[in-house]
Amino acid sequence: MSTPYTLRAKHRRSALRTLAFLSPWLIGFCVFFAYPLISTVSFSFTHYDGFSPATFSGLKNWSYVFNDYPLFWPALRNTLWLVVVMVACRVVFGLGIGMLITKIKTGVGVFRTLFYLPYLAPPVAATLGFVFLLNPGTGPVNSLLGDLGIPAPDWFTDPSWSKPALTLLAVWGVGDLMVIFMAALLDVPKEQYEAADLDGARAWHKFRYVTLPNISPIVMFAVVTGVIQAMQSYTQPLVAGKVASGVIGNSGQPFEPGYPDKSTLTLPQLVYNLGFQRFDYGSACVVALVLFALSMAFTALLMKRRGGLIQAGE
Amino acid sequence: MPAFRRKSAAVLAATASIALFASACTGQSSSATDDASKDTTITFWHGWNSPGEAAAIQADVDAFQKAHPNIHVKVVGGINDDKINQALRAGGSNSPDVVSSFTTNNVGKFCSSNALVDLAPFLKKDGIDPAKTFPKTMNEYTQFNGKRCTLPLLGDSYALYYNKDAFKAAGIDGPPTTWSEFEADAKLLTKPKGDSYEQLGFMPNYHGYETTTEHYLAQWSPTYFDASGKSNIAKDPAFEKGLAFQKQLVDGLGGFTKLEKFRASFGEEYGDTNPFNTGQVAMAMDGEWRLGMALAAKPKFDIGVAPLPVPDGQKATHGKGYLTGTIAGIAATSKKQNAGWELVKFLTTDTDAVVDFANAIHNVPSTLDALKSPKLTADPRFKTFLDIAQNPNSTTTPASFNGGQYLVSLQNLGYDVESGKQGDIKAGLARTAQEIDAAIAQAK
Repeated sequence: MSTPYTLRAKHRRSALRTLAFLSPWLIGFCVFFAYPLISTVSFSFTHYDGFSPATFSGLKNWSYVFNDYPLFWPALRNTLWLVVVMVACRVVFGLGIGMLITKIKTGVGVFRTLFYLPYLAPPVAATLGFVFLLNPGTGPVNSLLGDLGIPAPDWFTDPSWSKPALTLLAVWGVGDLMVIFMAALLDVPKEQYEAADLDGARAWHKFRYVTLPNISPIVMFAVVTGVIQAMQSYTQPLVAGKVASGVIGNSGQPFEPGYPDKSTLTLPQLVYNLGFQRFDYGSACVVALVLFALSMAFTALLMKRRGGLIQAGE
Repeated sequence: MPAFRRKSAAVLAATASIALFASACTGQSSSATDDASKDTTITFWHGWNSPGEAAAIQADVDAFQKAHPNIHVKVVGGINDDKINQALRAGGSNSPDVVSSFTTNNVGKFCSSNALVDLAPFLKKDGIDPAKTFPKTMNEYTQFNGKRCTLPLLGDSYALYYNKDAFKAAGIDGPPTTWSEFEADAKLLTKPKGDSYEQLGFMPNYHGYETTTEHYLAQWSPTYFDASGKSNIAKDPAFEKGLAFQKQLVDGLGGFTKLEKFRASFGEEYGDTNPFNTGQVAMAMDGEWRLGMALAAKPKFDIGVAPLPVPDGQKATHGKGYLTGTIAGIAATSKKQNAGWELVKFLTTDTDAVVDFANAIHNVPSTLDALKSPKLTADPRFKTFLDIAQNPNSTTTPASFNGGQYLVSLQNLGYDVESGKQGDIKAGLARTAQEIDAAIAQAK
């Protein structure tokens, strides 16, 4: 019969054991997530230029970002646009190409490689390539469209076409999703398709009632990771905007991202612009927190309203 | 296990509070204590990128080392402002002791944040009077609010480049002196081709390389800030006139969209395929360095240079232009500020060093003695830039507390005006003035 004391000791031992096993993750969590998050929150209430010590400034940075910083709202709108349109396009195309490749009988390896390769292109190089291809004056895409008599858009020099052009770039590099979807599609039990065939199901019905329920967890994964990626769009819009604007990085002239007409501005660019170009870490932290809150909100919403998306394995 | 939970929460809270109070950076004091006569190595960062320019600055540094054999200089080239900003904050063994930047607009930021040390004690020690050493405008843009944290390391002035052969072909006698003549010439020189251009008289769009708002506006002699430090752009008519004229040019030469599409086909600004070199544009607003670069590209036409046009009512001031330049300073994080000062002093005030460097990279010399030097390149076209640099009506953009941010705001308004998004220029200027004031208040 154990006394309360030994019971307590046992509890403590088990707690310590648990902690010991948890510690690698826990230390990582504290150092790389909790501490940076707490300091970001605290810096957002200070005036800090990186040179002199931070001084408390209350809600000044928050008010500045929301009321007086002209780039915030356009950047927020663009980021949300990319989250909705880009993610939808990537999932649809990734799934579509995955389905096509699982259907073909010969040369699967060749097609899989061809569609996966663009994903391996470094983002800056890929963006430069697209700016060149989609150049309204000299690009081959517009020459081709012109030859076919199709009115060609001005892509990266037209504010209403710059984000669709970025979406094209994202869809071109959809190889990662395609591979994941292919694996999921090949996992769908054959018998279910056979049963559907016996019931006289058409292609659409098979997709709707057999394929989709089986791969829904993967679709969910693709959407959540896609949303987080789109929220963090930085390199491609920045490079595309900068190259298309013709601004040279080191000409002594003030440079602000977003060409044309603030249409390629995204929230992560603002974090950089405020922190490292304007020496205003406090406001940069405000934008970073907005980004964090939005990512959390989107993820929570998606997890909560799965809309019957996740059925398999439940 | 409430006890355990309480303890861990306490540990977390303690960690967090320590973290919050441990500020990553502290203000730097600028007391130079190193001995510049002892053997030492300093790091010098500059932004020159092209092989010719990098070789020229290296030659300049080599001349310094010959004069100061005990100071070794590690030169790092091709550095941009973002890297400088980071290094000035972080310090560390690889960070620069001496930096140079092309962005004079950042002087206000560098001086007010103490990122670069105050050079007044060093100048005093060596008996150098900046007012008697440097041209007036350069003397102005290297300090902020009475604090001098940089010195000019060569200057830039802007003028009009024109294709003499195209002028002849269009039957134009000489370069325009007023904006209305300029507009007429630009239209005469424009040859359409389909929905684009075979030759465009002038690329007016603000993204057309050096055709930025501040380069245009200098010809209207604007005042950017009033006496109280508030933005003056809504009050000084120069801004409205300048923006309106550019919009008129854009509309008259084919409209924004068509011009922007043509602009997208331009080659690199600093490369051989610059649109002026290739003959895509017959006139260009550009800095003095273009002359050397354009000649190196061996163009098929004769290059002419003239001061930029002035508004019709200000004909007497023809000859003025926009001035800016490269600046050099000493990092506050540097432990070798006295040795750093020797390099800065040599690069910016030694007449021969300034002249040789100016000749090598076709820039405007930045000391009064160097401007008078008989050793300066004798190309009469280059003399145009020297004259603009010494013209009493030439202007620069003033330093401000948060650097060149006010120019970015104005430039953004310019984009909205040229594209037709902002029809009412007056209202746009009023809104932008508020934006500029808010940003300065935020930075203080």
